[in-house]
Amino acid sequence: MSVFLAKRFAIFVATLLGASVVVFLALEILPGDPAYAILGADAEPSAYEALHRELGLDRPAVDRYLGWLGGILTGDFGVSYTYSVPVFELVVERLALTVPLAVLAMALTVVAAIGLGLHAATHHNKIGDWGVMAFSQLGIALPNFWFGILLILFFSVYLGWFSSGGFPGWGAGTWPALKSLLLPAIALATVQTAILARVMRSSVLETIREDYVRTARAKGLTRRATLWRHVLRNALIPVVTVMGLQFANLLAGTIVIENVFFLPGLGRLVFQAIANRDLVVVKDVVLILAAMVVVVNFIVDLAYAAIDPRLGARDA
Amino acid sequence: MNAFRQPNFLALALRRGNFLLGGVLAGLVALLALVSLAWTPHSAYELDIANKLNPPSPTHWLGTDHFGRDVASMIMVGARNSLLVGFVAVGTGLAVGVFLGLWASARRGWVEELIMRFSDFAFAFPAILSAIMITAILGPGAVNSILAIGIFNVPVFARVTRGSANAIWAREFVLAARAAGKGHARITLEHVLPNILGVVVVQATIFFAIAILAEAALSYLGLGTQPPHPSWGRMLNEAQTFLHLSPHLVLFPGLAVVISVLGFNMLGDGLRDLLDPRLSRTRLAGYPR
Repeated sequence: MSVFLAKRFAIFVATLLGASVVVFLALEILPGDPAYAILGADAEPSAYEALHRELGLDRPAVDRYLGWLGGILTGDFGVSYTYSVPVFELVVERLALTVPLAVLAMALTVVAAIGLGLHAATHHNKIGDWGVMAFSQLGIALPNFWFGILLILFFSVYLGWFSSGGFPGWGAGTWPALKSLLLPAIALATVQTAILARVMRSSVLETIREDYVRTARAKGLTRRATLWRHVLRNALIPVVTVMGLQFANLLAGTIVIENVFFLPGLGRLVFQAIANRDLVVVKDVVLILAAMVVVVNFIVDLAYAAIDPRLGARDA
Repeated sequence: MNAFRQPNFLALALRRGNFLLGGVLAGLVALLALVSLAWTPHSAYELDIANKLNPPSPTHWLGTDHFGRDVASMIMVGARNSLLVGFVAVGTGLAVGVFLGLWASARRGWVEELIMRFSDFAFAFPAILSAIMITAILGPGAVNSILAIGIFNVPVFARVTRGSANAIWAREFVLAARAAGKGHARITLEHVLPNILGVVVVQATIFFAIAILAEAALSYLGLGTQPPHPSWGRMLNEAQTFLHLSPHLVLFPGLAVVISVLGFNMLGDGLRDLLDPRLSRTRLAGYPR
């Protein structure tokens, strides 16, 4: 198992490094001179020279990459060209919204999807199953940002229960802050739940056909005990994989939903940075978002091995 | 693949409710896109400020937007963009991803490791992150959104294909084929691919639907199709500003996305039922009581 973990960790670090190289190449080397990209082609020569020096563009690319990476590892993300504040401060401030939003949405998704999927599979070809499948079909087809807009239309414009966007900050109290994240999290979770519930249902249906389930029933184990002891654990393997795959979708969804609800998270930050041509911020935020996906995939790998110890044993 | 070759495949397909309904919905969207090449009720580009934000009426079936443009015509032209982006992006992901997944599964060892690490690595960049980087470099546009969605589809198909193919490679009939002297390529084509085709087709339809959703999201954010070309996502972005005045504007482009995605998903489900009889048997067997 320790060999498996060491191997996975090495892959995880290599993937992170690879992602940093791609982000650096894409946002610092490919656009040509970032100083021109930021200021525009018609920039004053003196302003261009000053920014060129400020961004350290007179140094070789490898030096700049290593300096950027070293800075990120030590919490020095550089200074935003637009806001004139350290990017680290901006990112920490925005993560205080993006992370709770993603976690809230994922928690809602997991609870709802496992429950609905299990219910549908164990009530196969009955009204509960049809209901879950109809919800799933419709949910998968819903654009989360459109559903978010509809939630605003219904709960904010017609009922007036929620504000139509914005975030009061955690300083305003936990409930007001959570309340402002609730509609965005529901918008995100509904679509994710529809996908995961379907996977869960299929997985349970596949598992209950296995011989060991039939054996368990034949030896007198109750239906419920068979489900919890044998079916659920095995059925969760593909579900965990899809959850890992879904995290990238969830993160992408978070970026979009932040823009729907005008939430000052990482998604809004990166879009404002693109509009302001603040490549320093774009580069850092894209790397952070990519790193979040890599970290979650790494956790999924570990969870996968924990659920099915044969995988760890095979790799070792 | 064997199921496709059955002489009564079409007859079987037409008896499937989800296949039929999915086909009708997806066909309707495709028809709208095709008709829009020759005819739309009004111009999708012409501004008519005097008639802005009109509700649905006999003249403008789905109303007009804040520039007085006909919403029905914009939705028809928007269907073209969505389908084009979906086909090219998923086609790219399918072709490259399935090839890589099959290759990884057949060769195992360092080839599999390399392809899967590439896949893990590409996974770090969801379509929206790729789109953000591409936009920062090249600026927004439909081609860039195709590129971004296509890049994200490759590792998805590679991973799904490899996972399913590995399970087939472990089966007795593959062992028998190997004992009979068949090579990796022949086993892949004759035994592995036909057995995983159902999974791949289901994934392709799901990802076609996801591509339509991704295109709409990128356009909503201003990273996809650019004005004056209508796109469903962009229509929703503009409609959100007028949510209090004209709520109907947010309904129709969203419904267009839902109908397209629903159609292609149901079509995929119907195909899965036809291509993977194992799952159909599951439906009959149900839970062992």
